[in-house]
Amino acid sequence: MRDWQRRWRGWKRNRQVVLGAWIVIGIVLALLPFVTGATLGRGWVRIIDFALLYVMLALGLNIVVGYAGLLDLGYIAFYAVGAYVYALLASPHFGLHWPVWMALPLGATVAAVFGVLLGSPTLRLRGDYLAIVTLGFGEIIRIFLNNLNAPFNLTNGPQGINLIDPIRIVDLGFSETYTVFGISFPPTHNYYYLFLTLTLAIIFISIRLQDSRIGRAWVAIREDEIAAAATGINTRNVKLLAFAMGATFGGVSGGLFAGFQGFISPESFNLFESIIVLCMVVLGGMGNIAGVILGAVLLTTFPEALRYLGELQYMVFGQVFVDAADLRMLVFGMALVLIMIFRPAGILPSMRRRRELGADAPVAAQEQASLYDAQR
Amino acid sequence: MDIFLQQLINGLVLGSIYALIALGYTMVYGILELINFAHGEVTMMGAMICIAVMGALLSAGGLPAIVVLALGLAAAISICMVLGYSIERVAYRPLRGAPRLAPLITAIGMSIVLQNTAMLIWGKQYLTFPKLFEPQRYEWAGAHVTSLQILIVVLAITLMGALLLLVHRTRLGRAMRATAQSPELAGLMGINPNTVISFTFIIGAALGAVAGVMVSAYYGLAHYYMGFLLGLKAFTAAVLGGIGNVAGAMLGGMLLGIIESLGAGYIGPLTGGFLGSHYQDVFAFFVLIVMLVFRPSGLLGERVGERA
Repeated sequence: MRDWQRRWRGWKRNRQVVLGAWIVIGIVLALLPFVTGATLGRGWVRIIDFALLYVMLALGLNIVVGYAGLLDLGYIAFYAVGAYVYALLASPHFGLHWPVWMALPLGATVAAVFGVLLGSPTLRLRGDYLAIVTLGFGEIIRIFLNNLNAPFNLTNGPQGINLIDPIRIVDLGFSETYTVFGISFPPTHNYYYLFLTLTLAIIFISIRLQDSRIGRAWVAIREDEIAAAATGINTRNVKLLAFAMGATFGGVSGGLFAGFQGFISPESFNLFESIIVLCMVVLGGMGNIAGVILGAVLLTTFPEALRYLGELQYMVFGQVFVDAADLRMLVFGMALVLIMIFRPAGILPSMRRRRELGADAPVAAQEQASLYDAQR
Repeated sequence: MDIFLQQLINGLVLGSIYALIALGYTMVYGILELINFAHGEVTMMGAMICIAVMGALLSAGGLPAIVVLALGLAAAISICMVLGYSIERVAYRPLRGAPRLAPLITAIGMSIVLQNTAMLIWGKQYLTFPKLFEPQRYEWAGAHVTSLQILIVVLAITLMGALLLLVHRTRLGRAMRATAQSPELAGLMGINPNTVISFTFIIGAALGAVAGVMVSAYYGLAHYYMGFLLGLKAFTAAVLGGIGNVAGAMLGGMLLGIIESLGAGYIGPLTGGFLGSHYQDVFAFFVLIVMLVFRPSGLLGERVGERA
């Protein structure tokens, strides 16, 4: 163990240090939109809002992929379902204007139902077969959203739904600017605090789930499904629950996205989005909540930061060789590859995985191999 | 009846292209248990390189059309082979023994890199496949067949036959099958698994390049984004046939192509006009899901035991 690691462990045990760290984190989170707005500009507060939405999404997918070990490549479908339910219930499209505390939970519930709908026929599938079915499911949802403007206009087709009601809780409209004690709170700031609250709630639920009976059942299924069933876990119900829980989180963030953006179209819910959310989970460290949050924040802000590549070229070479918009995805892809090569278990791997990949990894592999032989 | 025959022919052409790409997925999967997400992009690169080389040769002039096509194809195949080899070297080999999803993410990363490289080189607009020959049209039982369609199917079937021969009749093929069963044991038998894996990627990339050229010749267009959907379809085909199984990929590709084009032709009348032909992808995925529910390991896939 290296020196800094020992010091880190010592700090983690010291209560005052931990408390102090939490207070600092709290203050940073509370002031973040103002500091960002003052230094980087209003646009970045919006990006942070999106980062929070993606944190919620990634935590939802983490339940399915990280805890239960079910590879889901169509996760964005639940985000889409949540967003469309909210949009249909709170927009001039049908002339409905449901309040957020009814539309949002309903969106989450419908997403959960879709989660079970996807889960129930696919329970027997594993690994990459499951991946392709979930992928197909995601595409089916997107194609339906794209085409259900005929014979009756449900989703307004590729044009999407416009003028969605902003989120409003009783008299507090989040899309208005408020001034409290001389401090002005523009919409992006309001949404930041709303999203932050919900993100913290979802983080709390995730932590509690992880240590609960259900959470342990998920991990057991991920590690060995037969052994899990043998210890009395109802694998079918527990897997369905994982899909439903993950979908619920997706539905909530979808609804928030619709209210925040005010406009949604099927384009926002393509396969690439599913893949990016999966990248957030895996890159950050599958199954580890802090890692997943880090992954989501990193992958949302990094491509935005790469927009400055043009200015960087100008500063270094005195002229812009390649348009930053064209270059940034290239750099993004390279970063994905490099991070995974240097941190194969993610930036912040979960403790369990770290142990699996630790010193006794060859022993574990040997055990695994002899198990395979026994099965043949 | 003539619609049925026409869609069947279209499906067969599409299916043989899918099958060629699916082979790249399935061979890699059979050996490494890895979804090579970048394979669709290799296909795209093949199409783009072929068009670029042919364009350059045509503007230079003086060469007969058939030589131009052959040179374009050769350039596409050889560059894609190098690409396939280097993708494996850079993105997958360092991650042997890493958690299973890690190489999936590098695969996605590589695919983003390839896509954007193509965009930087050739721009965002569609490239048109130069018209080298005037395709002849034949009529048969009320359905049209062009010489290009026949060429695509025949070439695809020839290549698939050659691959089957390679896998089942040569030393390299035997080494590939042994490595697929157990890389460690294959190593004990004097096989270098790394060489075998490299060859697998190279062969897969070559087939992908040919398929890419076929697609762009068939539709007359190529685009830096075309690899994504193609790869997706081909991967679906590989799963449909039973991933890891070479014959399965061929069957799956053909079936998917036929299902898709029959779906596009019949989905409207079947649902009383409720769903139009733009639901053809839904139809393909729906068939896939239903099929996997009843045969969870694909059509020709071996039943995988309860492996974690």
